[in-house]
Amino acid sequence: MPSLVRAAGLAALALAAAVAGPAGAQTVKIGVVTTFTGPQASYGDFTVKAMRLYEKLHAKELPPGVKIELITRDDGGPIPEKARQLAQELVVRDKVQILAGAAFTPNALAIAPIATAAKVPFVITNAATSFITTKSPYIVRFSFTIPQTVVPLGQWAGRHFKTVYTLVSDFAPGIEAEQSFIAAYKAAGGTIAGSVRVPIQTADFSAYLQRVKDAHPAALMAFVPGGTTASSLMKGFAELGLPAAGVKLIGPGDIVPDEDLPGMGNAAIGVMTVQHYSAAATRPANLAFVAAWKKAYGANSTPNFVAAASWDAMDAIFGAVIAEKGHMDPARTMAILSHYRNPNSPRGPVFIDPATRDIVQNEYLRETEMVHGHLANVEIKTLAVALKDPGKAAPKP
Amino acid sequence: MTPAGVLLSQIAGVAFLGVAYGMVLYVISVGLSITMGLMGFVNLAHGVFAMTGGFILSVAMARLGIGFPLAVLAAFLGAAALGAAAERLLYARLYGAGERAQVLFTIALIFIAASIARLSFGTQAAQIRLPGVLHGQIALFGRAFPTYRALLILLGCGIAGVLWFGIERTRWGAMVRASVDNRGMAQSVGIDTGRLFTLTFALGSGMAGLGGALGADILPPQWNYPQEHLVYFLIVVAVGGLGSLRGAFAAALLIGIADTACRYWAPALGAFVVYGATIALLLWRPLGLFGAARA
Repeated sequence: MPSLVRAAGLAALALAAAVAGPAGAQTVKIGVVTTFTGPQASYGDFTVKAMRLYEKLHAKELPPGVKIELITRDDGGPIPEKARQLAQELVVRDKVQILAGAAFTPNALAIAPIATAAKVPFVITNAATSFITTKSPYIVRFSFTIPQTVVPLGQWAGRHFKTVYTLVSDFAPGIEAEQSFIAAYKAAGGTIAGSVRVPIQTADFSAYLQRVKDAHPAALMAFVPGGTTASSLMKGFAELGLPAAGVKLIGPGDIVPDEDLPGMGNAAIGVMTVQHYSAAATRPANLAFVAAWKKAYGANSTPNFVAAASWDAMDAIFGAVIAEKGHMDPARTMAILSHYRNPNSPRGPVFIDPATRDIVQNEYLRETEMVHGHLANVEIKTLAVALKDPGKAAPKP
Repeated sequence: MTPAGVLLSQIAGVAFLGVAYGMVLYVISVGLSITMGLMGFVNLAHGVFAMTGGFILSVAMARLGIGFPLAVLAAFLGAAALGAAAERLLYARLYGAGERAQVLFTIALIFIAASIARLSFGTQAAQIRLPGVLHGQIALFGRAFPTYRALLILLGCGIAGVLWFGIERTRWGAMVRASVDNRGMAQSVGIDTGRLFTLTFALGSGMAGLGGALGADILPPQWNYPQEHLVYFLIVVAVGGLGSLRGAFAAALLIGIADTACRYWAPALGAFVVYGATIALLLWRPLGLFGAARA
C-alpha cells in the first residue's frame, strides 16, 4: 500500500511539473481585434500576416521562457459595439496584456474605454482619424493619420492643379480627408471645383463620376476605403472617360492599395498618391521586408501599408516584451511604446511622439507606373520629413 | 455652352446612365414579376439567381477562359437550370402554403445561398474584365458615353422585345397569360399548369442570371448580393404591377433614372428619393402602374 501511495504521489508531482512547464515560463498574450470579413477583410489579413511573420523571424530574440501568443478576433467591419464586446472578452476572459488592431475609426473609439478601464495598452495598426489617440492614455498608434497623408497632398496639389473636385466616402475618415485636403489645398492657392460624399459601400460610381466630369476639374481628389471599393472607383474612372477628358486622379495611397494594383489594370497608370509606405520602395529595409513576405506567403503576394504598420507595431511590442522580460507592467509598457524609434523601418525612419503617442513618419509622393510588367506605386519624392500629425496642430472645427 | 445647353447635356448624361441601370434592373426583375404574378409565390430569393449568373460569368471568364458572349449565355442557362431544379424540388412544395411560409422559406434560401457564395468565393466582390472592345466611350450628340452602358441599353431593349413577342404572340405566352389571369380556369381547359410553372420559373430565373451577368459591372456579384439588392427588385415589381412586362420595363426605367438623377444632383439625399417616390406611386396606384387585380 505505502509503495502504491508513493508511486501515485510521484506520478502526480511529475504530472504537475510537466503541466507547469519550464521554470519561469511567461506567455505574453496580445488580443488583436480587427476586420477579417466584408469588403475590408484584407485589413485583418495583412495585420495578422505581418505580425506573425515578425514573430517567426524574431522569436529567438525573446528572453528564454518568454513566449508571445496572438489571439485574433473578427469585428466584421465598422461595427463598434462588436469591437467593444470582443475587446472586453479578450481583456476579461483571455487576460491579454496588450490589445492591438482596429481597422476602422468607430471600432477604435469603442475599444478605447476598455483599454483605459482595464489599463491595457492598445496598439493601433490602422484606424487613422486624428483624434483617436486622445480618447485613451493607453492608445499608441503605429499606422498613420488621415491629415498626415492628405495635408502634404493638398499642398502639392495646390502647386500643380488649378481646380480640384473632391470625392470621399461618407464616414469619419472620409470627411476628415475632405476637410484637411480642402484646407491645405486652398491655402496653397487652389480652387475647389466641387465636393461630393458617397455612401461608404458604393459599388457603382458612374453617376458621381459623371458629375465630376461635367465640372471639368484639372484633378479629382478621391478617398475611398481600400479593397473592392477602390477597385470599383478605378474602373469607373476609366469607363466614364475621365482620363481622356484630362482629369488627373490623385489621393491618399488608400485608393491604390499595393495588393489591389494587379486587378486595376491600365486604368491605374499615372495616378499620383501620397502615402508613407509603398511595396515598391527601394530602401534596403523594405527590400528585405518584401523578400521575407514573398518567401512566407508566395511570390504573387505583396505587403501593403497595413502590413508595414503592423510590422512596426510588432517590433515595438517585442521591444517592450524583451525589456520587461515578459512581465508586462502597463505603465512601463506604455512608456516604452511611446518612445519607440526606428530609423530603419520598411517605411523609412519612424518614431512615436511621446507627447501625443502618435506616429511620426515621412510622406512620399508616388506615381503608379508599370515596372517590369507589373503595376507599382513608385516613390518619386519625399514630400514631408518626420511629419507629426497636422490634425492635432490645427484647431478643432 | 449656354446654361440651357449645359443643363440639357447633364440631363442627357443622367438619362443615359439611368436607362442603362434601369435595363439591368429590368432584366433581373422581369422574371420575378412573372413568377409572382403567375404563381402568386412570394419569391424573395430571386436575387440568388441573379447572383448565380454573375458568378458563373466571373468563373467562366477568369478561370475557364471562356469569351464574354459565351459566358453570358452560360450564365443564363446555368441560372435557368438552377431555377428549374429549385422549383421542382423545393418551391413546388409550397404553392398552397400561404405567404408566411413562402417568405420564411425564401429568406432561408437567401441565407443558405449567401453562405455557399461566401465559402466558394470569399467576401470580396468578383471583378469582371470586359473584353477590350467594350471598354472606352462612344460619341453621341457631342458627348462621350461609356460603350458598355450603350450596349446594355441595346440589349435590354432587345430582350424586352423578345420577351414581349414570346408572351404576346406564342402559344406558350398565351398559356402563361391565361394562367396568370385565372389559374383555375386555365387548368379546367387542360393547361398543364405544373409543367408551365416549372418552365416559366426556369425562364424567370434564367433572365435573372442573364441580368446578373450583364449587370455585373453595375451590381458586382458578391455573397451579400441577394439581400443587398432585394429592395430594388421588389420595388420594380411592385411599382410595375405583378405579372406585367410593360410595368416591369417602365418601373425599372423609372427607378434607374430616379436613382441616377438623385446621385447626380443631390447625393446627400441617398436613396430617399427612390423610396419616397415608391411610396407615393403605390399610394396612388396600389396595384402598380400596370397591375390588374387577379381572379
